[in-house]
Amino acid sequence: MANRISLWLTVPLAVLVLVGGAAGLSGWSFDVVLPHVLPIGGGVALGLDRLSAFFLVIIAAGVLPCAVFAFAYTRHQKPERDGMTAALAAGMSLFIVSMACLVLARNVLTFLVFWEAMSLASYFLIMTENDRSETRRAGWLYAVMTHAGLACILLGFLTMAQSSGSLSMTAWAQAAAAIDPSKRNVAFVLVAAGFLSKAGAIPFHIWLPRAHPAAPSHISAVMSAVMIKLGVYGLVRIGFEWLGVGPRWWGVLILLIGAVSAVAGVLYAIIDSDLKRLLAYSTVENVGVILLGIGAGLIFHSYDLDSLAALSVAAALLHCLNHTIFKALLFLGAGAIVHATGTRNIEEMGGLLRRMPQTGALFLIGSLAISAMPPLNGFVSEWLTFQALLLSFRVPEQFVNLVFAIAIAALALTAGLAAACFVRAFGITFLAMPRSECVKQAHEVPWTMRLSMGVLAVLAAVLGIAPVVALRPLGYVTAQLLGEQPDLAFSLSGVVAGGSFAAIAPGWVGLTLAVVIFAVWLGFRLTGGSLRKRYYDTWGCGRAVHSPNLEYTAAAFANPFKRVFAFLYRPVTAIEIWPHGESRLFVKTIKYRHESRSIIEEGIYAPLAAAIRRTSARIRAVQSGNVHSYLLYMFLVLVVLLLVAK
Amino acid sequence: MILLVQWLLVVAGAPLLVGFIRKTKARLQGRCGANLWQPYRDLRKLFIKEVVISETTSWIFRFTPYVVIGAMLVAALIVPVLTTAGGALSLGNIVLLMYLFLLATFFLALAGLDAGSSFGGMGSSREMAVAALAEPTVMIAIFAISLRAGTTGLSDMINVLAGDRLLLLNPGHLLAFFSLFIVTLAETGRLPVDNPSTHLELTMIHEAMILEYSGRYLALIEWASAIKLFLFFTLLGNIFIPWGIGRTEQPAAVLLGLVALVVKLAALGVSLAVLETSVAKLRLFRVPALLTGSFMLALLAVISFFFLR
Repeated sequence: MANRISLWLTVPLAVLVLVGGAAGLSGWSFDVVLPHVLPIGGGVALGLDRLSAFFLVIIAAGVLPCAVFAFAYTRHQKPERDGMTAALAAGMSLFIVSMACLVLARNVLTFLVFWEAMSLASYFLIMTENDRSETRRAGWLYAVMTHAGLACILLGFLTMAQSSGSLSMTAWAQAAAAIDPSKRNVAFVLVAAGFLSKAGAIPFHIWLPRAHPAAPSHISAVMSAVMIKLGVYGLVRIGFEWLGVGPRWWGVLILLIGAVSAVAGVLYAIIDSDLKRLLAYSTVENVGVILLGIGAGLIFHSYDLDSLAALSVAAALLHCLNHTIFKALLFLGAGAIVHATGTRNIEEMGGLLRRMPQTGALFLIGSLAISAMPPLNGFVSEWLTFQALLLSFRVPEQFVNLVFAIAIAALALTAGLAAACFVRAFGITFLAMPRSECVKQAHEVPWTMRLSMGVLAVLAAVLGIAPVVALRPLGYVTAQLLGEQPDLAFSLSGVVAGGSFAAIAPGWVGLTLAVVIFAVWLGFRLTGGSLRKRYYDTWGCGRAVHSPNLEYTAAAFANPFKRVFAFLYRPVTAIEIWPHGESRLFVKTIKYRHESRSIIEEGIYAPLAAAIRRTSARIRAVQSGNVHSYLLYMFLVLVVLLLVAK
Repeated sequence: MILLVQWLLVVAGAPLLVGFIRKTKARLQGRCGANLWQPYRDLRKLFIKEVVISETTSWIFRFTPYVVIGAMLVAALIVPVLTTAGGALSLGNIVLLMYLFLLATFFLALAGLDAGSSFGGMGSSREMAVAALAEPTVMIAIFAISLRAGTTGLSDMINVLAGDRLLLLNPGHLLAFFSLFIVTLAETGRLPVDNPSTHLELTMIHEAMILEYSGRYLALIEWASAIKLFLFFTLLGNIFIPWGIGRTEQPAAVLLGLVALVVKLAALGVSLAVLETSVAKLRLFRVPALLTGSFMLALLAVISFFFLR
């Protein structure tokens, strides 16, 4: 019990972060240097500006509901695992603090310390249920990927520190124009790779689909909804501030990575039947959408189209916030489903809407929002991203125009596939009849779980109907970052992008939709109330029994996509048939196996891992276990050092 | 006022367009065909019949018809039909319109899964696949049009395009038209993508998804489909052949707009009927090839703009 009290600690922390963010967005800022803490790297430097403040709000928006959700998650913990609750609370607190301080960091050492603290805290949180081997493997992969990312960031930062002669990022921004472009390019590629590996962009995404299902759901929610965004934060900082204005290809590179991540992410999500892994892949997709905005912004910035750049970045950052809200909602929804049914496999689900009506309705809102359906929040940011990409015709270079055309097509394909993906995720999980016993006995989850999801659903609706709430502060964020307000005009009811290029009034769309639907419904009530409604079996070609076996499965739903995009999935199909002994015409059992393979894992990571293994095996020859040879190595090293340092 | 007239024209006229296409098809096939007004009779019949609802369904199934008709009614408000002046609510641009259609498809696909029969699920899965694959073509075609018009607002777009006398000599414009025409076939479930009058469940797409609906729910969905077809044809007619549509709110201009609209819709309706009579339905897994083809047309439209400017 005492351990459960420790969970309360995370709530005030998150509130504190929210207050800091709100203060920063309203214009409050500070810059402090504590030279006596960590004195080797110039001390701890923290600062608050509008961009940092916006990310503080994202952190708080994602963390608060998850902290509330954690209460119910730990309620049914076995007593012997009680210590785990305290560890969970401690890890969560460290996680929140390190994320919040990361966005405030203003010099290399502070940044790296909190970056590593964040990675370690999330590593321990993933390992909460470490009695399963799946979890341990996921944790290991995450640790490797995050440290490879850290190494890249470190190298890039050192390159910048060496060429600018300073460990402070503000100093880099001022010195950037004078630095050798090739060094800046090296620094950009390295640091961007590190940030993208945290953000989960393809090809650095491989840890997400393993780590998210392994962690407890509210932890997956925080990681997917919040931590991922800090990679995006880093990218925005280096692309627009710390490294100065870059060459055009920076933006083109990010745009293409975004396009690939968006399309491939959603294509992997659409065939997956593990609910949490599906959501993890959908995070890859959404990071792709965000990167499309940032890449477009970088390109516009390099052409001095700064108000367009500001529009693109505002769209990307709005999508960051929106994704935080609906992805946290969906992960918590998945957590509620796992809590109620004990399974993550959607092939075993079905009919949950009748058993968990409120969770179902909230999950539907999340699914609609992530599929960018009007009038919810995902629609607004995706719409803005589209307008930013469509406005690219103002760039006076044909090659770049065509790159943008590809990006538009990729975003459109992503939008369509995401809708299909969440029709499948919601439809197979919540509709029709239950496909297994454990799902049949499911019932509604505790109110704390529903409350945390409900708050997120309300936020999704508010940001969808009145995006001005987020767009006005974002205007100032981009103004501070790029020196120009975005090419946007907004009022309480509407948003206009690119002068007279595109306008939308999401609030009015929502209202009209609601009024029209209500009017039709009312019309029926008044005129057709006397008409009979009859409940009867589903029509089944004269079949006598209607059983869940006859329902369309998740695998079947995904099959058209599997066939159309077979070049990506590279499916392996194996059919084994065992006939009866008497006659081969009578079949006893059929075993059908259909798996898709990951091109990236087989093409990049497997050879890489094999190469590392081979090299280390060769190096191991040095480590013979013989003390005498170790003494010889030390002596040789000493001699070499003396010669070199002479 | 003019907005209301226009809206009522779309909502009330949509079944007539369906009747016209059916009649033309019947005549082309040497049949006499049903009366032009038959779709209205069908709707009336459905509205007064009892509703049979599957026992396995949830509220999604009962809510979906309202969302579908609601999305179409809102879409009908933002498309300029007779005149570009005061003729449409400025709720949003052409991108919003596409998302409203996607919203309707989203709910229909959910409802298809709700009854728990294989047919419904099959329809949902196929409908979502076709919708998703059509999406890039739609957006690239929109991009091509917006390049020429400099805007994505529907009324502004038509106004700018109507000012260009050499519009139909423009290769990009024609390419965009053909790509959007193919997408229209896919989005509204016409041949060669889907057969609206099929009676075999295994070949159905749209019809399989709504197989469980009956009575007034079916009426709403059928009506919504008719409105969707009407709106797609209106868009094709008014964006690609923008002449004739009223530019003011004067009664004369609106009347001229009405005549022009009737001519455009009739032309498109006849061409659809000819097409549906002369081609067979494609195998499901040949549909992506068709949509890729239309995507390439749209992309060429964009490329031609950048290389000719």
